[in-house]
Amino acid sequence: MSDGIGARVKRKEDKRFITGKGKYTDDLRQENQAYAAFVRSPHAHAKLLGINASEALAMDGVIAVLEGGELNADGIGNIITGWAITSKDGEPMKCGAWSALAVEKVRYVGDAVAIVVAETQALARIAAEAVEVDYEELPASVSTAGTLEPGAPQVHDNVPGNLIYDWEIGDEASTDANIAAAAHVTEIDLVNNRLSPNAMEPRSAIAIHDEAEDHYTLYTTSQNPHVARLLLSAFYNVAPEHKLRVIAPDVGGGFGSKIYVYPEELSCLWASMKTGRSIKWTSDRSEAFLTDAHGRDNVTNIKMGFDENNRITALKIHNTANLGAYVSLFATVTPTYLHGTNYSGVYDIPAIYGNVKAVHTNTTPVDAYRGAGRPEATYMLERVVETAARELGVDPGELRRINYIKDFPYQTQVILNYDTGDYVATLDMARASADVAGFPARKAEAAARGKLRGLGYASFVEASGIAPSAAVGSLGAGVGLWESAEVRVNPVGTIEILTGSHSHGQSHETTFAQLASDRFGIPIDNVQIVHGDTDKVQFGMGTYGSRSGPVGMSAVMRALDKVEAKVRKIAAHTLEASEDDLVIENGEVKVAGTDKKMAWHEVGLAAYTGHNLPPDMEPGLKEGAFFDPVNFAFPAGTFICEVEVDPETGVTDIVQFVAADDFGTIINPMVVEGQVHGGVTQGIGQAMLEGVVYDEDGQLLTGSYMDYAMPRAADVPSFVVEHGCTPTPNNPLGIKGCGEAGAIGSPPALINAITDAIGSNDLQMPATPLAVWQALQAAKSAVAAE
Amino acid sequence: MYPTKYHKPDSLEAASAAMAAAEDGKILAGGHTLLPTMKQHLAAPSDVVDIRGIAALHGISERGGALTIGATTTHAEVANSAVVAAACPALCCLAAGIGDPAVRHVGTIGGSLANNDPAADYPAAVLALNAMVITNRRDIPAEDFFDGMFTTTLEDGEIIKAIRFPASECGSYSKFPNPASRYAMVGVYVARVDGRVRVAVTGAGEDGVFRHDGMEAALSAEFAPDALDSVEISDDGLLSDLHGTAEYRAHLIRVIAKRSVATC
Ligand SMILES: Cc1cc2nc3c(=O)[nH]c(=O)nc-3n(C[C@H](O)[C@H](O)[C@H](O)COP(=O)(O)OP(=O)(O)OC[C@H]3O[C@@H](n4cnc5c(N)ncnc54)[C@H](O)[C@@H]3O)c2cc1C
Repeated sequence: MSDGIGARVKRKEDKRFITGKGKYTDDLRQENQAYAAFVRSPHAHAKLLGINASEALAMDGVIAVLEGGELNADGIGNIITGWAITSKDGEPMKCGAWSALAVEKVRYVGDAVAIVVAETQALARIAAEAVEVDYEELPASVSTAGTLEPGAPQVHDNVPGNLIYDWEIGDEASTDANIAAAAHVTEIDLVNNRLSPNAMEPRSAIAIHDEAEDHYTLYTTSQNPHVARLLLSAFYNVAPEHKLRVIAPDVGGGFGSKIYVYPEELSCLWASMKTGRSIKWTSDRSEAFLTDAHGRDNVTNIKMGFDENNRITALKIHNTANLGAYVSLFATVTPTYLHGTNYSGVYDIPAIYGNVKAVHTNTTPVDAYRGAGRPEATYMLERVVETAARELGVDPGELRRINYIKDFPYQTQVILNYDTGDYVATLDMARASADVAGFPARKAEAAARGKLRGLGYASFVEASGIAPSAAVGSLGAGVGLWESAEVRVNPVGTIEILTGSHSHGQSHETTFAQLASDRFGIPIDNVQIVHGDTDKVQFGMGTYGSRSGPVGMSAVMRALDKVEAKVRKIAAHTLEASEDDLVIENGEVKVAGTDKKMAWHEVGLAAYTGHNLPPDMEPGLKEGAFFDPVNFAFPAGTFICEVEVDPETGVTDIVQFVAADDFGTIINPMVVEGQVHGGVTQGIGQAMLEGVVYDEDGQLLTGSYMDYAMPRAADVPSFVVEHGCTPTPNNPLGIKGCGEAGAIGSPPALINAITDAIGSNDLQMPATPLAVWQALQAAKSAVAAE
Repeated sequence: MYPTKYHKPDSLEAASAAMAAAEDGKILAGGHTLLPTMKQHLAAPSDVVDIRGIAALHGISERGGALTIGATTTHAEVANSAVVAAACPALCCLAAGIGDPAVRHVGTIGGSLANNDPAADYPAAVLALNAMVITNRRDIPAEDFFDGMFTTTLEDGEIIKAIRFPASECGSYSKFPNPASRYAMVGVYVARVDGRVRVAVTGAGEDGVFRHDGMEAALSAEFAPDALDSVEISDDGLLSDLHGTAEYRAHLIRVIAKRSVATC
């Protein structure tokens, strides 16, 4: 069937999106709708002495101004973190309380202090500005490394020294011993720059309280509406689960930032009950820069030891991770179990030790952002390996090849057990496509034009499809990480697939339909994907961590198995044949070797009329499944980037970018390529353009696109994307996630290329023209000094 | 946005009257600067007077090599104008390099000049080409028009009608865009008008666009990129921010100026 697994099918959702017919939260209108705006702290750290809303409340059309004290008095819970980390001394982590509306203190610029509800959005914003807040400013702690220094301002009284946890992984003694005995040790210090997620659609919410039913509905920009409902009911006490419906309609990008329930969405829901009005709030871009959870922000020291044969013998890491003013939902797991467990990368490393300190600062909370922990781990590994290759005088591809893991399954020193892989295959593929052999000639030709040409590698492996539930539970997760699906075959044979995965750019409406099409040989147009509504889909953990494929689709496969089993029974009964003789293809159930068959819709009809079913069979054709994988899946690959730097200006031009990935089974190559293009572009953004910057008082300097540089089409080359394939045994499709790989592998490939071009390794991200030019100047004066 | 009264006059007189009657009126052209500041509550004019309905303020004409561009002419119209391309092709390139297509189809030359953003492109052309800013009250030579960052010598209620660019023998504009905003981090317009070399630098100065005497002298002696190698370019008075230190900007001024000369 042409629409099945592996088919390059065009996206069903594109007509809606491209013609502007998508329905996003802000497009929706409710009866009785009012609008919210938030009063926000202009200070990074201050005591909250009092709020005077009388001027705002006196404005015609202002409905309410609600504060944190009232929220707490109503029993609304503080915002929680979903993963408990234990420090190396056995102590549980410490984190400051996060009230959705600040009480007593504000801790970052943008911290919400009050919610203002008014008849129009413009009025709500004007009224918010009229609310007088009395602050007593306090010194702010802003720097990631500096916040641990003695005397740094305390962000929370119950978190001494701003240290949330001091976690370790691996074996320090054997690592130190191997480093001491190493023939060569490479050491570098890196900063993984803080990023702003910048989903195209800003966060938005419409909260509706039906007083007669005491029932709530929340339309919101969520990657996981069921998790939002669970948090809002079980932890924030807004409404019990059966009295709360959460709907995430079309959502325009998330990248992690829409996993969490933020103060705004929570406050709107509470305020809808307080005011008796439906309340809409849509973030503007300035609020998004201030309040959407940021990503990354690590400061790392990394040491790698080699023996005389250039085999890696040890890896030691000290990392400080800035979690910002409050600990967001998955903030604690990003620098630990999503980072430390990836320290082995694609390499066979016999001794590894990592120490991670997570810290509070007076900055926006930091949480998972595309790749979450794995880009940070890959960046430092691939920079240290590339640096080592230069120091050792070995070809960087060769150094990688000799150190690759080659036997699978492979147990790393840092918990993870890799399923399958062929890292040499993707390396060779990338080298061939990138014409590495021809590079010296291209470099010489560029030099003749006054340009510096450089080539950089990055090999990566990442843990996608976060799971299994029992394992993550034992490591501190507050949730299970399975996925659910339901397949409903209608009486006419059309199919609805209900999934707990959520599509906010991932193309599920097409790719999930391809699974049913592949199974039964029916066109994808006869398959509808239903998602994003807690009233329709029974439960789901949502989309993040490249899990929709490995976990979400696998749940669909299990439900399809059950449907197929029942279809076989019905057809065998009707056709008076043995189930084993039946073949399902092209929308028909046939008895092999005969002309006996049932059309697909006849099976549906038989199931629902119930006129002639096998004895004891229930009518209907609808099955559900929960899938909890036995392990992560481990997509891997090698990226090779080639750049040309203009030494006069420091401008970097990416002349070639080859991505050779292994995602196991591919459902739709076009969609996968799109994910790779987007991910690589995001990684290029991190490497060359993006960076959240605060001044020393904690004021955000990059609060708009005037100062925060996003990648644009002209910044990226035409990508070459290739695929190896080692299917994972960990799920029924053999699929490894593809959503994050691009963002994980591209920053080190690009920075390695730039540092190769400029002949200096002293470069941090983002490698802006200024940074590259300064690195060139520093290298020049270093040479001059010698 | 705070409530404001919107006017759309169809004559300059009506626009002036509306401005005169307003408590705190603002001219609205493309709105690409004014409206965002109003949305952010950084500006709260009592009245907004939209001049895009005034036919006399719009359009491009040429006479003896001199170009007159109406204040409400958009960047896209300048970029795509055959008349401009014939008389002063560098101006087309400059306009084509402003922002993105959406910005170019709405933003206007009058709005850009009245706003005098230190990183805007047009001020470099106006100063280098020694253009005349024609208002409803007087003609202001470029030298007297720019008055520091975001400041001009326009008086309250004074409306730019058009810009008159004299015939020039040569002109070239090169821009080093800010990686985030794509405004000029350094933009250099090199021109020869009436036999005199004029070099205007935008994007880099704390006081906005400026002429560079040293480069003008060097290029007057020898009009070639290498003539700029020995010119002293001080970083005094240059902007320093996230994207470029004053030192980097000073360095870029030379690099970008040389590129302008090379294509002149
Ligand atoms: C995303 C973006 C990118 C941009 N990139 C660039 C760039 O790369 N380079 C660049 O140079 N510019 C850039 N701009 C600026 C833009 O091109 C406009 O030139 C600028 O916004 C002002 O023009 P406007 O017509 O929109 O003026 P408005 O916003 O309408 O007005 C600006 C100011 O000028 C006053 N004004 C307007 N017209 C007149 C008049 N005829 N007489 C007197 N006063 C007047 C108004 O009262 C107001 O104070 C960018 C803008 C945006 C939004």
